Amino acid sequence: MAERSPTTRRTLWLVLTLVFAFLYIPIAVLVALSFNEGGLPTAWSGFSLRWYVSLAHNSAILSAALNTLIVALVSTAIATLLGTLLAIGVEMRRQYGKGLEALIFAPMIIPDIVLAIALLSFFSMINLTMGLHTIILAHVVFNLAFVCSVVRARLKSFDWSIVEASADLGASALTTFRRVTLPVILPAVIAGALLAFTLSVDEFIIAFFTAGAGRASTTLPMQIYAMIRFGITPEINALATIVMAVSITALTLSQRLNRGIIGQ
Amino acid sequence: MAPALVWLTALMVVPCALVLALAFFRRGIYGGIDYTFTLENFGLVFDPLYAGIFLKSARIAGTATLIAVVIGYAAAYAIAAAPRRWQPVFLFFAVLPFWSNYLIRTYAWIVLLNREGLITQLLRWFGYTGEPPSMLYTEGAVIAGLVYNYLPFVILACYAPLSRLNPELAEASRDLGASAATTFRRVILPLTVPGIAAGAVFVFVLSIGNFVTPALLGGGRFQMIGNLVYDQFLTANDWPFGAALAMALIAIMLLVLMAQAMAANRASGRAAQAAGGTDG
Repeated sequence: MAERSPTTRRTLWLVLTLVFAFLYIPIAVLVALSFNEGGLPTAWSGFSLRWYVSLAHNSAILSAALNTLIVALVSTAIATLLGTLLAIGVEMRRQYGKGLEALIFAPMIIPDIVLAIALLSFFSMINLTMGLHTIILAHVVFNLAFVCSVVRARLKSFDWSIVEASADLGASALTTFRRVTLPVILPAVIAGALLAFTLSVDEFIIAFFTAGAGRASTTLPMQIYAMIRFGITPEINALATIVMAVSITALTLSQRLNRGIIGQ
Repeated sequence: MAPALVWLTALMVVPCALVLALAFFRRGIYGGIDYTFTLENFGLVFDPLYAGIFLKSARIAGTATLIAVVIGYAAAYAIAAAPRRWQPVFLFFAVLPFWSNYLIRTYAWIVLLNREGLITQLLRWFGYTGEPPSMLYTEGAVIAGLVYNYLPFVILACYAPLSRLNPELAEASRDLGASAATTFRRVILPLTVPGIAAGAVFVFVLSIGNFVTPALLGGGRFQMIGNLVYDQFLTANDWPFGAALAMALIAIMLLVLMAQAMAANRASGRAAQAAGGTDG
């Protein structure tokens, strides 16, 4: 943009400072409190890791973390496989209809709560007992959409003639996929998988509705929700800090592999 | 390709069609579903009690949208005006909080707004001695939570058109004698309407169906449409009515999306004119 007066420039910097303060102060307070001996926001009583230690001894949280990991790993694996194949299928045949496009994008647009109640109604109508497996089935639905769109973006610049060349040279479809197509799109596949994993780790509403009764299928976000509703314990600060660190690391990695929507 | 489509059909299309169908049935006497066709559930949506919740949700979502757009646009403008090499960095850090768990970001506001939270502490530090102000479990807290959670997206949506603005347009406007305010109002703002509309729709749509933020920051006292749907399915066991509410929610979203598409169309027509397009 054009050159600006010093007053304008100062105003712009002030706006940036205020917005970043607004975005980061709540998170910073949370992280700081997780290291506070007393744990309550009332006063700083010294640095301590005791809330992290007590997390490590909280069996409810550990089992919720394990459930989350199972759900995220399994649903990511299924979604990455199916989503990648879907992306290749769609991009190879360019003459797909609007209906297919809508079907693929729909899970990213439908409000969580609507998909959640739809799945709850569906599972109970077909008398499927709910638990971790139903959460996995549900998570694949939206993970699939995200993996597919990340991989498709990469395939837009894919040179299909190398696939033809491989076939001409006598490679089977599987060999072509494994040795030609996959290596080219691998960064996008990994980026999509990381995105799916993070979304699954963080997802709350759909898991909440499709988990069924009983504590056995409680995931970490469900556990966090319950902890917040039942009253604030300083343990949440430590848990929040860890979950935040994991999500942000995974997504930063995903962005890098995908050469970012941001930063281009 | 086929397995993915089967998955999406079985676990998205069919369940969603099921909810749509549910809305047309009667509620069973002991909960459950009585399979007689009725339009009662949709009638109930317009019952003053529930229509009131719709209006209130729209008001809360609308306020959050307005605030998020004003702050987000200002931030996007400032980022677009920063030196080129800093822009990706600012943008990255503007979106970073968005990558942490929604519940955690909402919880952070409970910590801040708590009776003994940071804001009360700050007030005390400045010599305030009275009762701690009640900030948590208010409509304002719900709005703050929504703005906070969705602001990064508005910044991204507004940054895109702002960064693509041709600086010569602003210069031309100034050369023709327009003040900075006029240039902003008549040149910059109209050209960035699509970004604003996209950001606004995102905040509004996600806010109006939200049930987590009202439940946590509103202390359960603030019912919004999302909470109502939640209650019908998990507490009241009136699935047909819950389904009708969900359909009403989707109808509102579709209306908003259509309005956005129209705004974007008109703005792109104007953009073509402003850029000196021959088709204008």
